[in-house]
Formats: sequence, structure tokens, C-alpha cells
Amino acid sequence: MGASLILLSSILLSLLFGPVSIRGDRIFLEILNRIPGVSIDSGLSSIQAAIVWDVRFPRIILGLIVGGLLAVAGASYQGVFRNPLADPYLLGVAAGAGLGATIAIVTGATNGEGMFDALPIAAFIGSAIAVGITLVVGGAVGRSTSTASLLLAGVAVASLFTAIQTYIQQRESSTLRQVYSWILGRLSTSGWDEVIMILPYATISLAVMFSMRGALDVLAVGEEEALSLGIQPRRVRWIVIGAASLAAASAVAVSGLIAFVGIIVPHAVRLVVGASNRLVVPLSFFIGASFLILTDLLARTLQSPAELPIGVVTAFFGAPFFLFVLRRRSDGII
Amino acid sequence: MESSDSLNVEGLGVNLGGREVVNDVSLAIESGGWLSIIGPNGSGKSSLLRAIAGIIPAKGTVLFQGKDVMQLNAKFRAQTVSIVPQIPIVPPRVRVIDYVLLGRTPYLGRGFQPTGEDVHLAEGVMAELDLEDMSDRFVTEMSGGERQRVIIARALVQQPKLLLLDEPTTALDMGHQQDVLELVDLQRKRLGITVIGAFHDLTLASQYGTSMALLVNGTVSKSGPPHEILTEESLKDIYGANVSIHKNGENVSIIPERRKSSKGDFK
Repeated sequence: MGASLILLSSILLSLLFGPVSIRGDRIFLEILNRIPGVSIDSGLSSIQAAIVWDVRFPRIILGLIVGGLLAVAGASYQGVFRNPLADPYLLGVAAGAGLGATIAIVTGATNGEGMFDALPIAAFIGSAIAVGITLVVGGAVGRSTSTASLLLAGVAVASLFTAIQTYIQQRESSTLRQVYSWILGRLSTSGWDEVIMILPYATISLAVMFSMRGALDVLAVGEEEALSLGIQPRRVRWIVIGAASLAAASAVAVSGLIAFVGIIVPHAVRLVVGASNRLVVPLSFFIGASFLILTDLLARTLQSPAELPIGVVTAFFGAPFFLFVLRRRSDGII
Repeated sequence: MESSDSLNVEGLGVNLGGREVVNDVSLAIESGGWLSIIGPNGSGKSSLLRAIAGIIPAKGTVLFQGKDVMQLNAKFRAQTVSIVPQIPIVPPRVRVIDYVLLGRTPYLGRGFQPTGEDVHLAEGVMAELDLEDMSDRFVTEMSGGERQRVIIARALVQQPKLLLLDEPTTALDMGHQQDVLELVDLQRKRLGITVIGAFHDLTLASQYGTSMALLVNGTVSKSGPPHEILTEESLKDIYGANVSIHKNGENVSIIPERRKSSKGDFK
């Protein structure tokens, strides 16, 4: 399939470039060398081998997972809310993670160079709490057919968490820079830790969202009609929202707030293949993963050896595309 | 006690926002029959149909072929009853074939992936409705008549035993109204489906209905064969309409008459 080819070439391209230039053929030999049971002399020095295997490759895999998660979560949110502008941070994920991360930074819990950095865990807990409040409040109020109360609850919870986060941040202005850099998003890794940390959540949430993509197509005809077609719309909605929020929270935990992937990728996919979630959800994974791997390549090479925050790069490409989509939408195409 | 009755509705009530929009409705239809429900705007026709379909909360019982439809789970109920809503929600950028295949949802497994058999069945129904060349078009880009046939195709692909039509012809011109209703009637006779339809057009309602119920303020005011329900007096009473009714055997046609000016004739 075309989408997996795009993903594969993004991975290969990203392996090739970095601040330290390493010969391409040797990189591939080194990767092959790491496959269990295979032993090839790649001709790389041990430092070069470490750059390939412990720096570039985990970062690419993290980009793959985070990009895929954000795009699939975005597609699922858009399906479940029947709103093309829904994004994965909608229900308070971003604000909650921001608060969690700020607390971790301010209390110095992240300064240790130890294996387990507290920041991603704090960000994850923060976003889980924020989404939890949104779901409990919005779900209880919106017992009827409307998802509007859920969205409004999300807006209120996000404002509250952002207010608290800003307050803490202002009081501890020495940490401003660190908080700010986290908010702009990054895919920097320390070896494979982040990948290992996010993998179980990514697997579970992706499996659930993939299995519900057909139900999302049924939900597109509205609650009553979905019920008449044998679907229990409220159940489907809760399962999908839960899985998508888990996906967004775990992505945010390891990478900060990476803007626009969750909105632009599903829309780009829909422009090409139409609105069926059977196609949009899996393709969003491949295209989202490729998009993030490539923007990360730009983020770390454009001003090499300095790095641009990846959120800046995704927004720089994402925002104009988003405006374009909006304009098309007003023409009634999406 | 009519043992041939297919559908027995007993004491059905629907409360929407504190208002009893359907109140203690009881109905019986023979298997394979067509019940036309008529009544003025706001008389509860739509709510009655949606309650029978089990998609809005209601009290009372709906027994269909001995089973209580309201107690069935959504999946089994959807294999028995399908509804053509008055104003269906048609999502943008969805192709006709995908939309029609939604009707197979209650038969699909966990992943909701239609099989080749489902596609075959959908294509069969689409061919009968003259939709076979429109498979790849977007539903939102079709004309009113085409779109109505697509929605009926979805309801038929569901292979219901009870088909509910909520004013299926309101958006259509005269020719398409007849096309759509003939098509439903053909399927009814061929497959033995029981049909309940809500109508504004009384002539069509009486032409296709084997029986008729007149709904007023959420209760059944009269029910029986169409030619007994439709009288000049009852239509004046209930619809506040001036009509003349022409009967030819069991065929009824209703002709609206312009109200005479209260100031008398100017000659």
C-alpha cells in the first residue's frame, strides 16, 4: 500500500541525516546488524553505531508512534463528535499535561538524570485528570443526545488548568524557559526509554480505535439512526473517546504539545479517500507517522546543530494547510 | 383475538420534554399488511414510529410476531425493524455503496467489516431501485428522488420484517412519490414485509394502505379501512380543511376545495 511506502521512505530518509554525517550504506548495515540472530560488520565506529542505534533510530520510532497516535486520535475525535475541527487536545488533554509538566519542572522532579524522568509521568497524570473531569462533568450533564456539553466542559476544564499552570509558572519564573520549551513540543529521547514507556498505551489505544472505526461510520448518521442500525451510540462514543484520550495523553507525555498533526493529517487523508473511517483511521496512522518523522527531520537539521521545537515546524506547515481546509470547507467540499 | 396479527402495539406512550406526544396508542396490523398513519402536523406520527422502532424511550409494549421489540437488544431489533427517517442525517463525502451498506451493520461482526456477501446483497437491492450506476457518487450530491431511493435501499438491505416509513414522499414530486411507494409495495408483497408509513398525502396514504389510523393529539382517533376513515366531516374536524372526497369502490381521492369567501359571491 502506498501509505506504508511513504512511511518506510520517511524512516529511511530520517536515518540518513543528522548533525553528524554517517554513510548511508553503513547505517543500513548497522540496523540489520541489530536484528537478533544477524551479525554484520557495518564498518561504523562504536560512537557512530551508538548515534544510529541509540539516538536517531529511537527518535524516529518515537516520531512514528506519536505522529500515528495523534493523527488516529484526531480522526477518532472528529468521527465521534461529528465535527471536522475536533482535535486530540480537545477535552483538556493539553492543559492537563501542561499543568502536570509545569509542576514537575517547578518542583525539580525532572532535574535528576536518572532513568525515570518524572516529567512524562506528571504530564500523563495531569492530562488524565483533566480529561477525567471533563468526561464526568460533561457526560453527566449531557445525558441526552448532545455532545456539545462535553465539548463545553472540555473548554472550561482547559481554562481552569491553564490558569493554574500560568499562575505556577509566573511564580517560578526561573523555570519559564523550560516550561515554554516543553509546551512547544519535542521528540528528544534518551535512548529507548520513551519508546518503551509509551508502547503499551499506544498499542492498547490504537487497537481500540482501529476496532471501532466501522462503528464511527455508523455514528455519522446520528444517534437515533445509529441505534436503528443496531449500534449503541453512547457505548461506542465512550469507548472511542476513552481510547483517543489515552492516545493523546500518552503522546503528550513523551513529546509535549505538538500542534496540528491531529487535525491536518485526517483532513488531508479525507481529501484523498473520502470520509469513510474504515480508510481514514488506518491511513491517518501511516500519514501522521510519516508527517511527524519528516517534520522532526526538518526540526533537527534546518539549524543544525541547534534544534527547532517540532511544534513550531508542524504549526508552520499545519496552520496554512488548516486555513486552506477551512476555506474548502466553506465551499462545502468537506 | 386475531391470530394473524403481526404487530400489536399496546398502550404506547411517549413523553418528550414533559409533554405526552403519544398517549396510550394501541394498534394491530396483520402480517404483510400496510398501515398508513395520518394526522395533522404535531399529532405524534413521527414519535409513534420512532417509539415502535425502539429508538426513543417509550412506555407500553410493541409485540411483533410474538416478540417484544422494546426488550430486544439494539442488534437483534435492527435485524427485525428498520426505519426510513423523515429527515435522515446524510454525512458528507460518503459514497452511495458505503451508505447503503450501513444497513448491514446489525449483521456484521466486531470490526463492522462488510463481507463480499453483504456487498452483493447491497448491489442487488440497489439494482432493483435503479441505483446500480450511482454506487460511487456522494449521497449529498444526489437529487431528492435519488437520495430517497438510497435511504430506502439502506432500510431494505437491513432485511427488516417490519419497515417503518416516516413521510417518505414529502420531498418528492408526484412521479417520484409513486415510484418510491410502488417500489416499497412490491418489496412488501414479495418478501411479506409489514409496513407502517406516516403520510401527509391522504390520497397516497389510502391508495397504498391496507388499513389506516388517524392520529390526533397523540391518540388514535379512528382506525380501519381507508375508505371508512376518510370522510369530509372528519377531515374538516381534524385538519380544518375543506375537501371533497370521491370514492370509486375502495379507491378514495381527496380534492382540496378553496374556501368560499365569507363575504359571499361577487358576480
